[in-house]
Amino acid sequence: MEGGNLLEVRGLSKIFDGFAAVSEVTLAIAAGEIAAVIGPNGAGKSTLFNLITGHVRPTSGQVLLGGRDITGMPPHRISGIGIGRSFQRANIFSRLTVFENVQAALLSHRGCGRDFWSRSETFYREEARALLDSTGLLGQAQAIAGTLSYGNQKQIELGIALAGDPKILLLDEPTAGMSAAETRETLALLKRIARERSLTLLFTEHDMEFVFSIAQKIAVMHQGRIVVEGSPATIRADAEVRRIYLGSVQ
Amino acid sequence: MTVPWSGNRIPWTLMVFLAALWVPWLGSRYDTFLGTQIAIDALFAVSLNLLLGTTGLVSFGHVAYFGIGAYICGILMKTYGVPFALALPAAWLGAAGFALVFGFFCVRLTKIYFAMLTLAFSQIAWAICFKWNGVTGGDQGLPDVPYPDLDWMSALPGLDGLRVSDRFYLLTLALVAVSLAALRRIIGSPFGRMLTAIRENPERAAFIGVNVRRYELAAFVVAGGFAGLAGALFGIFNRGVFADYLYWTKSAEVMIMAILGGMEHFWGPVVGAATLVMLNQQITSYTEYWPFVLGVILLVLLFAFPGGIVGGLVAGVNWLRRRGGGRQSA
Repeated sequence: MEGGNLLEVRGLSKIFDGFAAVSEVTLAIAAGEIAAVIGPNGAGKSTLFNLITGHVRPTSGQVLLGGRDITGMPPHRISGIGIGRSFQRANIFSRLTVFENVQAALLSHRGCGRDFWSRSETFYREEARALLDSTGLLGQAQAIAGTLSYGNQKQIELGIALAGDPKILLLDEPTAGMSAAETRETLALLKRIARERSLTLLFTEHDMEFVFSIAQKIAVMHQGRIVVEGSPATIRADAEVRRIYLGSVQ
Repeated sequence: MTVPWSGNRIPWTLMVFLAALWVPWLGSRYDTFLGTQIAIDALFAVSLNLLLGTTGLVSFGHVAYFGIGAYICGILMKTYGVPFALALPAAWLGAAGFALVFGFFCVRLTKIYFAMLTLAFSQIAWAICFKWNGVTGGDQGLPDVPYPDLDWMSALPGLDGLRVSDRFYLLTLALVAVSLAALRRIIGSPFGRMLTAIRENPERAAFIGVNVRRYELAAFVVAGGFAGLAGALFGIFNRGVFADYLYWTKSAEVMIMAILGGMEHFWGPVVGAATLVMLNQQITSYTEYWPFVLGVILLVLLFAFPGGIVGGLVAGVNWLRRRGGGRQSA
């Protein structure tokens, strides 16, 4: 798939009780690209992510990863074939330690979950420490995850998502609920990790400063559809985007 | 996470086990009776806690596998004259097999619906045992299940003078100890870590690649198997198997043991079982209002120590340590 599209979404729709949360969305993300989906609340961004990661089954359309059709696969299988994900609210294992959070993800992704006789503490200590190091959590490895700040919990989630060594990472509002300082740190962290691991990123975000400082491609969603797609410069200049965000009437 | 065998800790479990071994010599016949009851209930409660505390699954029908194990062992030993050494593993496998079939449906539901379905299956099992006269003895039950042949114990040094009930106590203690060690090992394994991940966050667990239903089913089967083992021992201990072993109130009782002792800790349910059995014996000799006293004790515990007895003890020890540490640094 050298140079080809890593993730492709073709004519994807989801209709909830007659309401089209996502309709006819087509999107292609090239390997190594950093892409953002933006749009007002209720535009269907989270549903789009849930369709891609198997949490919601599409009404119609297709999702392809590296050319392979993954439409309708259950989440636990999709997470095993190269898609990592963080959720809108920090979705971690609250009463486990930070170390155990990341280690659990490593154990699962590397197929150790069926081992019911070895001591789990002895597995992947170095790998887990390396992940904590790269997400800036090494100092808090032994803390109970749920007691840390919200920003730290999002970092843990990133660590969990990276444990599967994903090709593409889907981040649903990576800075939601963060302070300005935490947002800046997250931006730096994501930039570095994407570069180090040559990751493909697809994220949704409300913070426009964040979006325009990292995204190479932006798709604007409105009422379940992608209305404009293009480079940051194109999006910045687009009248339709302004209309959606500023709500001006013709 | 606590590491039970790290060098500088006191091996409490080993000490309790060694002390319990001496009961037939140091205690009365009644103490042996209590000891056997506690050991069996401890295994039953720990097996439930694999679901409750480790995986976060609230099963209201765990007694089904306890009762099925008791019937399988009892029927094999009494009706077919199968030796205990075969009847016991058969009870273990049989209970696990039923847990596999019932659990297959139960894990398709979550939360209260899961709990209700486990309850429904246990009530179906109870009704069948209550009515199936030809096999289970129906409402008459299956009295006079024979003791296993324990004459081989006479060959062991120091054991030749013991009563058969004392010998059965020692056998029960050994089997329960081995079972608890196995369960502890399972909970500490990568498989056990996946179960805790499911308890903490099933959605996230699925997105690190865990097939949540399948792991829940596996936990259900393991828990059912060990409950069956406890049931088999209980049938022999009680010299008979009766349909009320499967009645739903016993599911509540074992759940109280786990919560009372503390379901966050491996040994919590063991402490809960011991406490409940001893309290029951003590209080019923003073008053017939045992359920009332139990209710009050539970209320106090749930409000004062939501982590159960063991949770409260651990919190207390940590508090003392912090105070001690504070003084040293001051």
